[in-house]
Amino acid sequence: MKVAFNLNGKPASIATDDPEMPLLYALRDDLGLHGPRFGCGLGQCGACTVHLDGQAVRSCSMPVSAVAGKKVVTLEGLGTPGRPHPLQQAFIDEQAVQCGYCINGMIMQAAAFLKTTRNPTEQQIRAALAENLCRCGTHLRIVRAVKRASEKMA
Amino acid sequence: MTNQRTSESRRGFLKTGGALVVSFAVGDVGAAAAAAMPAKTVATDQVDGFLAIDAKGHVTVYSGKVDLGTGIQTAMAQIAADELSVPLDRVTVIQGDTALTPDQGVTFGSLSIQNGGMQIRQAAATARDALVSQVAAGQGMAKETLTVKDGVVVPKSGGKGWSYAELVGGHDFQLKLDPKATLKDPKDYAIVGKPIARLDIPDKVTGRFTYMQDFKVSGMIHARVVRPRAMKAALLAWNDFEARRIPGYIGVIRKGNYLAVLARSEWAAIRASRTIETTWSDWQGLPDKAKLWDYVRGVKINKDEELQKIGDSAEGMKTPNAKIVSASYDFAIHTHGSIGPSCAIAEYKDGKLTVWSASQATHLLRKQVSNMLGMPPENVRCIYVEGSGCYGRNGHEDAAADAALLARETGLPVRVQWMREDEHGWDPKGPPTLFDYRAAVGDKGMVHAWESQVFIPDRPKDIAVTLLPAELAMLPREDAHPGNIHQSLAIPYTFPNVKATAHWLAETPFRPSWIRTPGRMQNTFANESFVDELAAAAGVDPLEFRLRHLNDPRGVELLQRLAKLSGWSPRGPAGRQSGDVMKGRGLSYVKYELVRTYVGVVADVEVERKTGKATVKKFYVVHDCGQIINPDGLKNQIEGNVVQTTSRTLLEDLQFDRSRVTSLDWKTYPILKFPDVPEVAIELIDRPAEKPWGAGEPTAAVVPSAIANAIYDATGARLRSVPFAPAKVMAAMEKA
Repeated sequence: MKVAFNLNGKPASIATDDPEMPLLYALRDDLGLHGPRFGCGLGQCGACTVHLDGQAVRSCSMPVSAVAGKKVVTLEGLGTPGRPHPLQQAFIDEQAVQCGYCINGMIMQAAAFLKTTRNPTEQQIRAALAENLCRCGTHLRIVRAVKRASEKMA
Repeated sequence: MTNQRTSESRRGFLKTGGALVVSFAVGDVGAAAAAAMPAKTVATDQVDGFLAIDAKGHVTVYSGKVDLGTGIQTAMAQIAADELSVPLDRVTVIQGDTALTPDQGVTFGSLSIQNGGMQIRQAAATARDALVSQVAAGQGMAKETLTVKDGVVVPKSGGKGWSYAELVGGHDFQLKLDPKATLKDPKDYAIVGKPIARLDIPDKVTGRFTYMQDFKVSGMIHARVVRPRAMKAALLAWNDFEARRIPGYIGVIRKGNYLAVLARSEWAAIRASRTIETTWSDWQGLPDKAKLWDYVRGVKINKDEELQKIGDSAEGMKTPNAKIVSASYDFAIHTHGSIGPSCAIAEYKDGKLTVWSASQATHLLRKQVSNMLGMPPENVRCIYVEGSGCYGRNGHEDAAADAALLARETGLPVRVQWMREDEHGWDPKGPPTLFDYRAAVGDKGMVHAWESQVFIPDRPKDIAVTLLPAELAMLPREDAHPGNIHQSLAIPYTFPNVKATAHWLAETPFRPSWIRTPGRMQNTFANESFVDELAAAAGVDPLEFRLRHLNDPRGVELLQRLAKLSGWSPRGPAGRQSGDVMKGRGLSYVKYELVRTYVGVVADVEVERKTGKATVKKFYVVHDCGQIINPDGLKNQIEGNVVQTTSRTLLEDLQFDRSRVTSLDWKTYPILKFPDVPEVAIELIDRPAEKPWGAGEPTAAVVPSAIANAIYDATGARLRSVPFAPAKVMAAMEKA
């Protein structure tokens, strides 16, 4: 079957024999994106997070058929090294990366969160990212980066 | 044992594989391209091993140490650029390629800057000196009248200069590395010591970075390993009848107890691995988790080793009127838990094997893979591609060996991506560690004798961890040796009689491996917890107690600065506080392995009376690793050490039944989440004139004991068993 959707503002489509294939594999293997990452395949860590019609979702547990006709935005669609999104710039300014493998999820989760919560407190940022896991222990810098971006975006 | 159906399946697979071989020969980046490269020396005693300068004056640094998410790549560029006096943006770092980078040892042990970086600095100093000498000789000028600015050798008096590009660009140095080449005066460093922004971050936050998990080789197929139902079960039968209906499914490779499915797409490989039916023998050889420490105590001791001996501890124990204090400690089995499971690609062509992986040890991996496959090492090339954060010997090498084995069996480039349950269930583990302590404390808090004993898995020979596919497929392999896990059992205190002993054990339940701060974390937990117990027994404030027994000015200064940073006030006798939330603070100190980095920390902890849940609110850290290369990178590492180790200390405890690991995901092996992450206040002591020491591990060493000591301060209860799960805290409070 063919699944067509809007990816980072442009039409995209993939052919698959399995409508249950998670969106993550369509994005990474069929469409060549590096932003969304495979972490657990169980919706437990958040490394695969993308936006589906503006909501942060776990692409590792979202069947590709469920996104037909919808808008998908990945880390690549948020901004570029030349024109970074305020969150991406804030992560650079705060050097809020160690290995960076989880950072896709952190930025995508935070971007969706900041759309509904202007000027969040540190406590609110921590709660918003509670289901995104980081193993390197970069949490404090990530919180500072999200705070910095929220101030820029306010 | 060869299965008839495997052979059939294999033949079928090879037939279909032929078409793929044709397509992948075009525009390929693999072994053929690698073989065409001119040979480059990787000798550690040659400048060309570490450095090259091209015709445009661009510098390439060849680093055997690799960036595991620590910022080492940026630090190496800083070190080389500064020593050569070239701008930072003119330096590129190539890491961990056995054909290009010298064997600088495994990227572990907090040695990347300290050893690896200093070799590169020495190579750069040798190169710089040689280029200045070349100009001096050629122009008939005295060397002292010349200097280097932005990669150009210029007279100090000014005037025209000679660029590195003109002098050596595009040619080899052909120069022996001079271990005594004069280094720059530290006060002249302009890049070293600065908080340079990391080079990799812009690409990482915009999805442009290529991790190992993103890396592709044209024509590659995908594999998943089908794991035994029990750790050492034998594969009795398998049936892929249903899997054959999956479009893109190719077939299986089976060797002994090793079974892998192959497919043209990643998703098809995953589906096939979930569809294939297997039958395994019963195996229940793991110890009973509930009696793990009885098991460890019962294991045969291969040998005892005295790690520290001062005076006569047996005599010291007999000191009249001295109080004998004793305690036992244990530290749970931990998994690495990288957020991205291991991944590797291998390609076998014309008798040569190329393996791309995120291994922290490509040179060691090359030896192990060639041993496993019976290939000469010179026909194996291992190339590092950065992966998800790596904190020791996790599954990367095993995934690399999976890919190598499958590539050789199929003749095709094979990508192996471990699933979450592979990583949690099958990576090698930090071994269970058990301790017994005894001390004699006399009048005025005098410690007359100290004895420590640790029970740890034996070290067979070289430091290496058995490759998992070699074990399953019954191929040649090394015994596992989890690194120098006896280090840091020796103590820095001036007690008159000290004995520290390692009992090297004949076995341990899981493949033992090094995980961040291996052994040093466990040993320092026990040491610094027991020091705290002695301070309490002596009725002396824990900070005062340590200061009394230190004669090392650097250590004393560090503790004094820690007291100031944390606003330390002498702790009275610990008792149970009133109220629902009890608050306490604990101190810990280490001089890493007694020869390098100093760290002192204070932890502020809260304990819920009703649940026993302990939360760390804040850590204060004072850190002295000598000369600092990049203070922001260093702080990032220290924060990571604190947060990751808080997680290990409070939460982490690998679960298993008699057959296998049952902690297979983040629900069954939880780690610390944002709401519970402590604040971290850091004071760096920079000593530009001293050697730079490592920082990837030392802070982690002091975290568990600081938390334990803080819980004691809050509750009067000693937590002697990591992790400090609420049930253990409740039990300790009941006993106290």
